[in-house]
Amino acid sequence: MLRIRCPWCGTRDEVEFNFGGESHITRPGLDADDALWSDYLFNKENPRGVHYEHWLHKYGCGRWFNIARDTLTHEIHAVYAMGDPKPELVEKIAGD
Amino acid sequence: MHDHKGWPAAWRSPELKKNYDVVIIGAGGHGLATAYYLAKKHAVKNIAVLDKGWLGGGNTGRNTQVTRSNYYWPQSAAFFDHSLKLYEGLGRELNFNVMLSQRGVLTLAHSVHDLEGMRRWANAIRINKVDAEILTPAEVKKLVPMINLDCRFPVHGGFIQRRAGISRHDAVAWGFARAASSLGVDIIQQCEVTGFNIQSGRVTGVNTTRGTVEAEKISFSVAGNTSHIAKMAGFRVPITSMQLQAMVSEPIKPCLHTVLTSSVIHMYVSQSDRGELVFGGGADVYNSYAQRGGIPLLQENVAALLELIPAFSRLRLMRQWAGITDITPDTTPLMGHTPVQNLYFSGGWGTGGYKAIPAGGDTMAYTIANDRPHPLICDFGLDRFESGKLVDEGAASGVAH
Ligand SMILES: Cc1cc2nc3c(=O)[nH]c(=O)nc-3n(C[C@H](O)[C@H](O)[C@H](O)COP(=O)(O)OP(=O)(O)OC[C@H]3O[C@@H](n4cnc5c(N)ncnc54)[C@H](O)[C@@H]3O)c2cc1C
Ligand SMILES: [Zn+2]
Repeated sequence: MLRIRCPWCGTRDEVEFNFGGESHITRPGLDADDALWSDYLFNKENPRGVHYEHWLHKYGCGRWFNIARDTLTHEIHAVYAMGDPKPELVEKIAGD
Repeated sequence: MHDHKGWPAAWRSPELKKNYDVVIIGAGGHGLATAYYLAKKHAVKNIAVLDKGWLGGGNTGRNTQVTRSNYYWPQSAAFFDHSLKLYEGLGRELNFNVMLSQRGVLTLAHSVHDLEGMRRWANAIRINKVDAEILTPAEVKKLVPMINLDCRFPVHGGFIQRRAGISRHDAVAWGFARAASSLGVDIIQQCEVTGFNIQSGRVTGVNTTRGTVEAEKISFSVAGNTSHIAKMAGFRVPITSMQLQAMVSEPIKPCLHTVLTSSVIHMYVSQSDRGELVFGGGADVYNSYAQRGGIPLLQENVAALLELIPAFSRLRLMRQWAGITDITPDTTPLMGHTPVQNLYFSGGWGTGGYKAIPAGGDTMAYTIANDRPHPLICDFGLDRFESGKLVDEGAASGVAH
């Protein structure tokens, strides 16, 4: 069971949240070719290690936020606001 | 009689050579079957299959063994029915009992609309020349006497593919391993691939924890690690890796004679030959490589099972585990060429690639030997995401395995 710290409500069980997927994806311009456009639409980072992702506190405050979570250990290294850049992670992080 | 002594080794455990015609990364069902058909049908002599763990220790040894071919789109039906036909002859082909039991897969409808959708689905399947039969609630009850038809989502009927069923997943891995090994394939376990040697867009070898290996052609089938290996080769894939759980109850006398599945309450269950109920449901829906599975989903699976068959509430849960499934946006696999020359792959099998092992091996062997996709898989390439020709099987079938 993931325990996720909502920036507004505090730490709650995973079942209160909806997973939103990878963060920091930038939409290319309208002049993008098919390759760039399909990369934007479909390809994923999907790392074995730290993943920057967004969650919705659906059965709580109803707000979105970002976290940096290790996909091997499920440890959450940072919680940060939507629109913020990827945080610098200081701790030694497992995975690759 | 022999006190289990004197069993000969089923496959050789040779030293890794410096050079092969074909190197296959991943000794799951797909990698082993690909090696077998390459040696058997295409007379490739010098093949190695490398695995970082032990053969069959990935999803091939973790799945719930369901085999069916009732897919909606013609491309999928043709491929998966080829696989089911190969399964029907696999015991003989490999001289290894894979314990195929064609006890049928029954999919339940839980509303009028659900049943209407199912009629359309069953018709499409029949047009694809695959068997499908609509059942009334009474016929469902006859097949599964313990079922609770008036559950939270009442059972309005269902449909069955009678040729579908289950088999023994370890036997499939071991059977292909033994048969491939006896055709001269080197299976190297505990040998992790850590990188590729790529020169001007063409792959020439791999780096492993046991040294460097050169190869004419390389293919990877590493369910749960496709993104990771693709990244080593310098390209991105449309895959999200998630944990899929399964669990078994304590063994009881035979009471469930078909594979029961419901996409509405998201559960499927069968009874193994040992008497255990083997069941599962949806995936834990966030990226993970943890191979554990979370408690909330486990509880959902159990609740769904007990809703359908309340009598099972007295049983103890014996084991629970998870594998990492690589999910594509259209839930159709990714097979064939990669952007790197002489590098091929078979991945994105998600929650349903066990049933695909023989056909996956057969068609990948053809693709590697001829450097051109087998006709059955030409719509399963990575290029479909650019052309837009997706094979949206998840939406069409609404079933996750
Ligand atoms: C719980 C569960 C239930 C399932 N139920 C069903 C079902 O009922 N029916 C169905 O059809 N499918 C089912 N599936 C899906 C099915 O199990 C998989 O799609 C299928 O087994 C994939 O086979 P594979 O050979 O591609 O992968 P695997 O069997 O996972 O083999 C991949 C191998 O690659 C190796 N590997 C990875 N990285 C490296 C590396 N760097 N170097 C060397 N080796 C590496 C791994 O050690 C592993 O042995 C289920 C899956 C799960 C997890
Ligand atoms: Zn909140």
